[in-house]
Amino acid sequence: MTERDERRLASSKPAPWNDPKTRAVVFQALTVVVVGYVFYVIFQNTLYNMERRGISTGFGFLHNQAGFGVLMSLIPYNETDTYGRTFFVGLLNTLLVSGLGIVFATVVGFLVGVARLSSNWLIAKVAMVYIETLRNIPLLLQIFFWYYVVLQALPSARQSMSLGKSLFLNIRGLYLPAPVLNDGAGYIIFTAVVAVIAAVIIAIWANRHQEKTGNRIKVLWLNLSLVVVAPTLVYFIMGRPVSLDYPTLQGFNFQGGMRMIPELMALLWALSFYTAAFIAEIVRSGILAVGHGQTEAARSLGLRSGQTLRLIIIPQALRVIVPPLTSQYLNLAKNSSLATAIGYPDLVSVFMGTTLNQTGQAVEIVGMTMAVYLTISLSISGFMNWYNKRVALVER
Amino acid sequence: MKTTIRVLTAAAVAAVAFASVASAATLDDVKARGVLSCGVNTGLPGFSQANDQNQWVGLDVDMCRAVAAAVFGDASKVKYVPLTAKERFTALQSGEIDLLARNTTWTMTRDTQLGLNFAGVNYYDGQGFLVNKSLGVKSAMELNGASVCIQAGTTTELNLADYFRQHHMKYSPITFDTSDQTIAGFQSGRCDVLTSDRSQLYALRIKLADPSSAEVLPEVISKEPLGPVVRQGDDQWFNIAKWSLSAMINAEELGVTSANVDEMKSSTNPSVKRLLGVDGDFGKGMGIGNDWAYNIIKQVGNYSESFERNVGMSSPLKIERGLNALWNQGGILYAPPIR
Repeated sequence: MTERDERRLASSKPAPWNDPKTRAVVFQALTVVVVGYVFYVIFQNTLYNMERRGISTGFGFLHNQAGFGVLMSLIPYNETDTYGRTFFVGLLNTLLVSGLGIVFATVVGFLVGVARLSSNWLIAKVAMVYIETLRNIPLLLQIFFWYYVVLQALPSARQSMSLGKSLFLNIRGLYLPAPVLNDGAGYIIFTAVVAVIAAVIIAIWANRHQEKTGNRIKVLWLNLSLVVVAPTLVYFIMGRPVSLDYPTLQGFNFQGGMRMIPELMALLWALSFYTAAFIAEIVRSGILAVGHGQTEAARSLGLRSGQTLRLIIIPQALRVIVPPLTSQYLNLAKNSSLATAIGYPDLVSVFMGTTLNQTGQAVEIVGMTMAVYLTISLSISGFMNWYNKRVALVER
Repeated sequence: MKTTIRVLTAAAVAAVAFASVASAATLDDVKARGVLSCGVNTGLPGFSQANDQNQWVGLDVDMCRAVAAAVFGDASKVKYVPLTAKERFTALQSGEIDLLARNTTWTMTRDTQLGLNFAGVNYYDGQGFLVNKSLGVKSAMELNGASVCIQAGTTTELNLADYFRQHHMKYSPITFDTSDQTIAGFQSGRCDVLTSDRSQLYALRIKLADPSSAEVLPEVISKEPLGPVVRQGDDQWFNIAKWSLSAMINAEELGVTSANVDEMKSSTNPSVKRLLGVDGDFGKGMGIGNDWAYNIIKQVGNYSESFERNVGMSSPLKIERGLNALWNQGGILYAPPIR
């Protein structure tokens, strides 16, 4: 090919309407405009129809007094607070059950997943039965099972099961003594925080030291005693400023102490055990994805099987595990909205349920609720992606 | 290119679909569909419940049937849509149902801010408390600290909070979606008290394994005028619902029943003549036949018949007429005259 030919080829750009690049840009822009217009029309139409039918719109209702009670709230709430506050009450309850659920589901899921691959026949089969049963029963049924079958079989408040004089279990929930912080208790919390920070620093320093020199300094016991002993010492020095508030039976129910309501327990167990079954399968596939040669190599180095799993297999398996695990966390957070079936006051039950009904502001409230779940899901997914990047294989 | 065409088509369809929601003439829609879409309770004895032949029966169901009789001359042309308290208003606002007859309390917020119109009162009620007899509670004032089962999305929730606050008492609310779940919570002992409209308490009590184990406390803590609801902005349809109810009440007052309605057609009483369409053109103003009230009474009965059959002495609920008796018989039931 001569130089002229080459130049001719380079300059012979097709006409704009035949250029695939131009066409792609034009059509995509067109699509954006059309989609945008569709949403605009839907939005305007909704507003117009609502106004024509005399349905009031806007977010002003959030400042009105709610006037209804909520079973459980993590922030102070009573009937005179606003609808805006009911939103946060519901939101925090949703975050609580999702957060606890994710932790429990992960722990149970990892244990069952590893057990499923155990060389012990019985353990492997029990794990298999667990996975296959829970994975294949609809979650709503499991929630009903825990709430209506297991928990409702508990005795009434007056015949509650008890452990000593401090722990009571009955159909109204699990009652525990609550710590009451008196003067000077702040020092204990302060010491505990300082001790934890110190322990973390020591651990990091020990790791660095090992990386540099190859010598491992055992800091586990030092750290544990630091975290436990220091606050305990301060507790006695300050003259034992923490007392316990015991639950006592007064009138209809137990008063005082801490209470875990059965609705929360039922929902938490159902969500955790259900999701754990899926996580177990993900863990199993992750472990199986690590070549058997890795195990053999680890063994030949003289590592014990526990060490092999912890130091060789799991870190590599995580690369396979983390992306599908993210989906399970998202599912768990979204499934927590089934709370409304058993009366746990989550966001859907309190805000999209009662508040929506008292105010009738369906469009605003459903919109806000959707935005919340979107935010929760995107946050989980963002965090897990960040974590995935950290554990991903770095090729050098 | 294919994608673009698809998007454009979708856009056009969506625009048309959303534009058409705005049509107002419910009567035309109902007639074109050939059946009235009526929102009812998911299962409340006496008010709306599917019986063992799988037919909907109850006081509220009779309201649906009355409107269907007025529009079609056939009370059976109703499609029943069972709704929870939380779903009911959205279903009506969005046009999924034409009429809501689901023991719904007439309140100012609902009337003025939700785009709804209340077509009258078909049952005057008040909120009360159902407790287990074994608790030994004789008055609502002894309920301090109680756990209370409630149904979500009702005026009940607000009244309860008001009542306990006013009397400086505490309570913990356990809120369920349907009345069945609520009564299940009460039966299992999850809560000490179940609160609801008193008519509902009687209805739910007969669902208990042992109805005599529970009793309704004497206090009535609120006014609960229950009635049929339609969408705002369609006066013709509003009139049809309103006058269907009025026709049943007027029929009782005039002594017209489903049994004697045919012979009453030859009555000399001018009020009866107007009611049954012998005199005047009263159906015309609503866009329906002049025999509209005749059809209601013939097929559904007058208010008293409906009341006795569903919730009164000849039903398992055995509720006294009380406030729901006619104005000239000690109650407050009063319908405007047909003239």
